[in-house]
Amino acid sequence: MTVGIIMLVHTALDRAAQVAQHWTAAGCPVVLHVDTKVSKPRYDAFVETLSSDPLIRFSRRHHCEWGTWSIVAASQSAAERMLAEFDQVLHVYLTSGSCLPLRPVQELVDYLAARPRTDFIESATTADVPWTVGGLDHERFTLRFPFSWKRHRYLFDKWVDVQRRFGLKRAIPHGLVPHMGSQWWCLTRQTISAILQDPDRDMHDRYFRRVWIPDESYYQTLARKYSVNIESRSLTLSKFDHQGKPHVFYDDHLQLLRRSDCFVARKIWPRADRLYRAFLTDADTAMNRTEPNPGKIDRIFAKAVERRTRGRAGLYMQSRFPRLGHENGITSNPYSMFQGFAELFEDFEPWLTRATGTRVHGHLFAPDRAEFAGNQTLNNGALTDSARLRDYAAESFLTNFLWNTRGERQCFQFGPGDNQQVNWLIARDPNAQVSVISGAWAVPLFRANLDFTEVRQEAARLQRIESEHLAILRSAHAKARIRIWTMAEFIEAPMEPLQEIVDEIGSVHSRRLAEVPKMADLDGFGRFLQNLKNQGMHPYLMGDFPVDQTPPQLRKPPRKPYLVR
Amino acid sequence: MRIRRRRRLIRAARKSFELRRIRNNTSAIRPRDVLLVATMRNECVRLPFFLKYYRDHGVSHFLIIDNGSSDDTVSYLSDQPDVSLWSTQAGYKASHFGIDWVNWLCRRYAHGHWTVVVDPDEFLVYPFCDTRPIPALTDWLDSSGIRSFSAMLLDVYPKGPINQHVYRAGDNPLDVSSWFDPGNYSIKRNWEYGNLWIQGGPRARIFFADRPEQAPALNKIPLVKWHRKYVYVSSTHMLLPRGLNQVYDEWGGEKASGVLLHAKFLNTFGDKAREELERGQHYAGSAEYRAYAEQGAQELWCKWSEKYINWRQLEILGLMSKGNWA
Repeated sequence: MTVGIIMLVHTALDRAAQVAQHWTAAGCPVVLHVDTKVSKPRYDAFVETLSSDPLIRFSRRHHCEWGTWSIVAASQSAAERMLAEFDQVLHVYLTSGSCLPLRPVQELVDYLAARPRTDFIESATTADVPWTVGGLDHERFTLRFPFSWKRHRYLFDKWVDVQRRFGLKRAIPHGLVPHMGSQWWCLTRQTISAILQDPDRDMHDRYFRRVWIPDESYYQTLARKYSVNIESRSLTLSKFDHQGKPHVFYDDHLQLLRRSDCFVARKIWPRADRLYRAFLTDADTAMNRTEPNPGKIDRIFAKAVERRTRGRAGLYMQSRFPRLGHENGITSNPYSMFQGFAELFEDFEPWLTRATGTRVHGHLFAPDRAEFAGNQTLNNGALTDSARLRDYAAESFLTNFLWNTRGERQCFQFGPGDNQQVNWLIARDPNAQVSVISGAWAVPLFRANLDFTEVRQEAARLQRIESEHLAILRSAHAKARIRIWTMAEFIEAPMEPLQEIVDEIGSVHSRRLAEVPKMADLDGFGRFLQNLKNQGMHPYLMGDFPVDQTPPQLRKPPRKPYLVR
Repeated sequence: MRIRRRRRLIRAARKSFELRRIRNNTSAIRPRDVLLVATMRNECVRLPFFLKYYRDHGVSHFLIIDNGSSDDTVSYLSDQPDVSLWSTQAGYKASHFGIDWVNWLCRRYAHGHWTVVVDPDEFLVYPFCDTRPIPALTDWLDSSGIRSFSAMLLDVYPKGPINQHVYRAGDNPLDVSSWFDPGNYSIKRNWEYGNLWIQGGPRARIFFADRPEQAPALNKIPLVKWHRKYVYVSSTHMLLPRGLNQVYDEWGGEKASGVLLHAKFLNTFGDKAREELERGQHYAGSAEYRAYAEQGAQELWCKWSEKYINWRQLEILGLMSKGNWA
């Protein structure tokens, strides 16, 4: 009483021979199907090396192409040969030439002997499986596929479209419920012979010949018809990536494979010497067993697929350069941009550092240099403060800056005097917290001792730039957390917005703000604005300031910082 | 584009007359071998480690063009059984910085082979390179239907002045030159050829801070399943047909990629810069070397430099990616 192994082989014949001999050494008969792609001399040499083994047979050769009937035909001939030649076989196990037994063969034999009536075949109805290549699931069974998916993809797709369009369908034979699942199964002698000796087999074969990827549905569907006890899982460990292509195991997967609870793994890189050495030993010298932990294997491969399809948010690099709108995260982590705060408050940066515990930079996009926190000339990732380098690729600069400092929240100042190239990127970025006090750029101008025509020109320039920026921030495409106040509005009640911003940053001390930043002295600011107006320049972004009177709170004598509890 | 490609091929054939065969062992190339093509000049001291590095990673045959070396490069290489050697005295610049010769050798010998095209100071690091040889990677690329593999140039440099440590033949240059800039690379898309244009690193940071547009390009595609119709266009930065330059994902995912560790900054560098400046055979009027020569032996190291450990570190830093290879 034993298990018979069918091996479908097309490359790496030496490895296939090695594995076949491993099976027969433990008393399991092996029937090999060698693809006709293998040349005659190589095939003959292969037969020659294995011919001395009484438990090895070769079945009629077919030309196998992925996704077509030929693979089923190959396994049918091999299974027939197996049933005819080896009476002692109670289970038939379908494997490929790149499969490798992970556990001693005797364990598999014992395991199956203890479950003599159980068929191990993954078999699920089409509605329930997520893994379908080409977006075809139920249609695999109701459309016709005369063109090869690999060689004539265009015709394949077009023909599917045509059939959908005109509602061309074929009937599923009576009594069959389409099921799909892994093509690597282990069936009882009873089930497999029932499938192969069915009086309707010709009809079934004719039907499945035109089904898409029949090797994943032929046995899976028919086993449902004949089996008395289906265990819907595969004894073969095989993992597929997003393209439906099996993951390959290498030497460095040795420890991982030892923790698998499967009997056979697919597929193994033919030159993974260490794996073949480790697993193709006899039971006595086989490695000490470790506790199976198949979840770990799942996680590793699921993560690999996710990395390929989703990538790491906020990373731009040589092999990930998403198009606009496909970034899966424009930047890597949340950050805050403040516009006008450093102008309005004299000690805003140190205050914000104290209040939030984040890293607070100056104007990163200032015209002369990037003002990193603490006046550094270099920041994380060896990013320099050179304005030329930064302006050469401003968006790269910002995304690099955030990627390099991931894990630590960054705050920086911005203003209409800075490089404006990053405005759209920040506005579209849900990670950005943007707070703007519009018109606050007028405060430094007001306090600077400059020629008034210069001031007027500069004010006009800054106002134009800022209003363009505000238009971006207010556009329908803006996804950032954006707050905009006019300067007049803000100084009416500065504490509330500040509290809100700091709370949202979610820093260590989430209590009420203990101190407020010191506001610049705005005495005469209204007069200054009026002068600009008198010169024909219309400052509007800061809101309404009365001409000869400073805003209400500021008329009080300046007091030292107080506690708000 | 097809016309450009054809012209390149014709040019490569024309330039092939400049190559003199010193030693041809190409009959030893077997069908699935991974090949390496390199152009060099006076690099004898680097060769023992260079050959060992790539042999250990599964390269089976080296096709090398010697561009008028005056040291022992030729005699050393002609003793190696797995090296085929050509020699030329012709101008490096006139052959598109060697790329015409490389195109010719690839067309002649590399058709159907995975081919690594690197300089003797470039060391390919790819995912799992500590446990899997290059053929494991190329088999996987084959099965995924990928024809070209990107590996960005990453300049590595020593801590302290460049000429502080003396490099001896056979040494691992990465023992000393083990620092790199982890995160200051800017990327632009080249719509004409479909490749990315990556600049940055220590050279942009120090030598080209005031003219960043001239900073050296760091994007490279050094590993290609060669077909006789393919050509490199500008060094190994880009190829034709353009589909080969599509080594990056545009829909948010990451394709597998590697890194070329560029151990250019050894103590031999100063002499090299002076010599190359006199020859004027390098890209953009040797602007790179001029910048080095003018600014002298500076320290490239800064406090945000990272010390190279292994490929996993580069992966975490986002300089390369495993993609869906696991």
